[in-house]
Amino acid sequence: MRNLQARYTRDRLILIVVIAGTILAALPLTLVLGYALVNGFSSLNWDFFTKGPKPPGELGGGMAPAIVGTLIITGVGLLMATPFGIAAGILLAEYPDNKLNPTLRLLSDTLNGMPAILKGLLAYVLVVKVQGSFSGFSGSLAMAFIMIPIIAKTTESVLKLVPWNIREAGLALGLPRWRVILSLVLPAARAGVVTGLLLATARAAGEAAPLIFTAFGNSLLTYNLSQPMDALPLRLYAYAISPYEDWHRQAWAAAVVLLGLVVLTSLLARWVTRGR
Amino acid sequence: MQQAPVQSSIIKQQPSAIYRVLGDRIFLSVVLLLALSIVALTLGLGYYLYLGGSQTINKEGFFGFLTGTTWDPALKLEFGIWPFVLGTLITSLAALVVSVPVALAAAIFTAEYAPRWLAGFINYLVDLMAAVPSVVYGIWGIFVLAPFLREIIYLPAFLWAAENAPGLSPFLGNPAGYGMFTGIVILSSMIIPFTAALSRDAIALVPAAQREGAYALGATRWEVMQTVILPYARGGVFAGAMLALGRALGETMAVAMVIGNGNILPYTLFGPASTMPAVIALEMKEAVEDLHYSAIIGVGFYLFLIAFIVNAAASYLLNKLKVGDQRA
Amino acid sequence: MRKLLIATTALLGLASSGLAQVNLTGAGATFPFPVLSKYFDEYLRVSNNQVRVNYQSIGSGGGQRQFIEQTVHFGVSDNPFNDQQMADIRRNTGSPALNIPFVLGAVVPTYNLPGVTQRLNFNGEVLADIFLGNIKTWNDPAIAALNSGVRLPALPITVVHRSDGSGTTFVWTDFLSKVSPEWAQKVGRGNSVNWIPANKVGGRGNEGVAGVVRNTPGAIGYNEVTYAIQNRIQFGAVQNRAGRFMVAELPAITAAANVVLPGDARVSLTNTQAVDGYPVSSFAYLLVYEQLDKNKAFKSEAEARAFVQLLKWMVTDAQKFNEPLTYARITDAAEARALAMISRITFQGKPIGREIVGR
Repeated sequence: MRNLQARYTRDRLILIVVIAGTILAALPLTLVLGYALVNGFSSLNWDFFTKGPKPPGELGGGMAPAIVGTLIITGVGLLMATPFGIAAGILLAEYPDNKLNPTLRLLSDTLNGMPAILKGLLAYVLVVKVQGSFSGFSGSLAMAFIMIPIIAKTTESVLKLVPWNIREAGLALGLPRWRVILSLVLPAARAGVVTGLLLATARAAGEAAPLIFTAFGNSLLTYNLSQPMDALPLRLYAYAISPYEDWHRQAWAAAVVLLGLVVLTSLLARWVTRGR
Repeated sequence: MQQAPVQSSIIKQQPSAIYRVLGDRIFLSVVLLLALSIVALTLGLGYYLYLGGSQTINKEGFFGFLTGTTWDPALKLEFGIWPFVLGTLITSLAALVVSVPVALAAAIFTAEYAPRWLAGFINYLVDLMAAVPSVVYGIWGIFVLAPFLREIIYLPAFLWAAENAPGLSPFLGNPAGYGMFTGIVILSSMIIPFTAALSRDAIALVPAAQREGAYALGATRWEVMQTVILPYARGGVFAGAMLALGRALGETMAVAMVIGNGNILPYTLFGPASTMPAVIALEMKEAVEDLHYSAIIGVGFYLFLIAFIVNAAASYLLNKLKVGDQRA
Repeated sequence: MRKLLIATTALLGLASSGLAQVNLTGAGATFPFPVLSKYFDEYLRVSNNQVRVNYQSIGSGGGQRQFIEQTVHFGVSDNPFNDQQMADIRRNTGSPALNIPFVLGAVVPTYNLPGVTQRLNFNGEVLADIFLGNIKTWNDPAIAALNSGVRLPALPITVVHRSDGSGTTFVWTDFLSKVSPEWAQKVGRGNSVNWIPANKVGGRGNEGVAGVVRNTPGAIGYNEVTYAIQNRIQFGAVQNRAGRFMVAELPAITAAANVVLPGDARVSLTNTQAVDGYPVSSFAYLLVYEQLDKNKAFKSEAEARAFVQLLKWMVTDAQKFNEPLTYARITDAAEARALAMISRITFQGKPIGREIVGR
């Protein structure tokens, strides 16, 4: 009997430990979200989204160049990365006997774990030094470098989930393999692929380090990709380490915007896949 | 037997052999070409990093550069990256040690104990953590975490040691708030989701029969964990930890913003330290001397090598695990 | 979807149809960022929105580097290029580099001594000894000798330095190198150096150093004076070569530049000979290629002309914005040198500098 009691007590104890651990795990995010909202919400006014930065010492101003820049740079990066990433995913999922696959998978996972700053370095060498100026485009390239392995990985796992009977049905009807993939498998996995793209975008949009030497930053609004462009993470970093109180508040506001972007994307991804 | 007329109509609609075979070949070539971008990317990265760093690496020697402890861009122009390598290893491993139990606890809770709605919510939160940008953690680190740690832990500990255990002071270091300890705390917070997600998946894959068998034999929940689930999930947890390690090694902005950037060994617990990605992010802008610039890219090259080895090991384990599970 | 695409393209087209706008990019020191920011904001008005300047403060070293890499139209640095660099630039590009002074700044020793409200006095040797780790506590006789009547506590000194490379560090270490042979031999001058003391902390940016100093009793660091004033941090007076203890106020900073300026304005003002000058002052320089066409960043003559107009405006009319922001104006002699250098600027052989400056 006593032995049983001891076991039950141990079970209870472990439950407490596990709950404590879970609370600890959820704590950082809650704190980050909380502080960001508390400190940054007041700075999220209309000016923040529509005006550019003012010289330090003058209150007001906003981050319009950074917001527009993030949208453009990440968007173009996504456009560039999608064909390569999806192709790699298709290769890994649909041609499992291909000799290249183990290497490809290995390199893809490794690239995924590489610090983003290295990819920015590559974009700097390939575009900035050649063109002779910083540009939003080189930032987009760095973004693409980040997104490609993510898209490859998610596309592969999503394609693998498509049941085999769909492929078999297509093949049985005499469709060539490529038609089966393009017209049957991909559409079936559409939701998952889109989710993968969304996740890759959210991840890349938050990176600051690769943009320091590619997009460079711009205090003026520009839509021109061959000019230096601003981006939210860049601006956040610059403002956070600056000595000006007003900029600190705006940095928190930028953090709120970035967090909002992340939450929105993840909710969108969940919604897209729930419908299937 | 109505086969013949049906068959002929199907044959008429059959795509031509060229459409099929050539189409397949072209498609495969296109897909292959595009997918090769990943290989090109990795090779290109390694090549350009080596190229950029070669000036200093050749000067100091491959191992000389790695193990040198002097980083002097001003006077002697001598560069050794061992402080940064050590900083990276210490912060990453320490963060791993701190975060794995926490992540495992969360995974266990959501997989075994929590009601489904709660489990879903917690999983969502944990997954969200992985998507939070590094700079956001960084700004939180600068304005919230560092002052908090300084007031609550560093200063009291430092003052206590100064009174009661002065021998401990050099080990504790300067309690300014930006240093090794803060870096470890923030890094642990950031890598929790990776271990948690993989552990969760691994736990979910444990065969129901095993679980039910243990329960049938009268085991408590914890005992089922101990004897059935954790042994089965061990591989997944380990793979998750390796993945988390890989990410921790490369984490740049958040760490750079709180780690205090001290380049000199020995490191102290609270005092400033530095990591490889942090030194690249911070010094690259300021490197004027060609040798200094090349040294920083050299750090990038060694980071590439280390990240490659760790991530390769992690993904190898992951794949081995997945394959095993699919068969089961 | 298609309508969206058309609308976007039209918008992009409109936006980049430019209206003959000139976009200039500059990079460099963080110290003059507030005043540069004000300049370029004002210049938008002055030029009727035609000349848009994007300046990113990535640090003096960064400014020099990107100038050499020709990814920017101009750089900004707390320290001018040295002889070797000038020769290298001339050899590699065919064009000499111009270091055009446009603002004066100073670096002050900031400290945190609870209970001490007076402004402390320092001199070069003492500062060097502190930052070398030779002087370890605040009540050291060397410090007390300069501060009679001040009760210095027995706190250990924590040296705070810039952990990122910085022009501020260059100016500070330049001064220390001049006043202390031991410093010159063991550490030297640079945007980032190998700091010796055992009890030291690195802070990132002016803010980082100030933050650490503010929170660490017994800490001493170095900051740009503008920043120290705006953030109300205690800073000390430094003895200049003439023996006077100078506080880094605007007149003293401007006075430091009252020395004979070389033709190319490349001068180190630290430990200045000027009797009224603050000894840790320095110009901030605009780094410009003399032959603008040799700079890959310049794509047209219109760009070059607009740029030279901007330069002229910065060293003349714009100077009125300096002092309200607690930066010192450049002296008349420096302005003359600056204009002389600007008039040397050419583009594809055309003497646009001379045309615009009017000499």
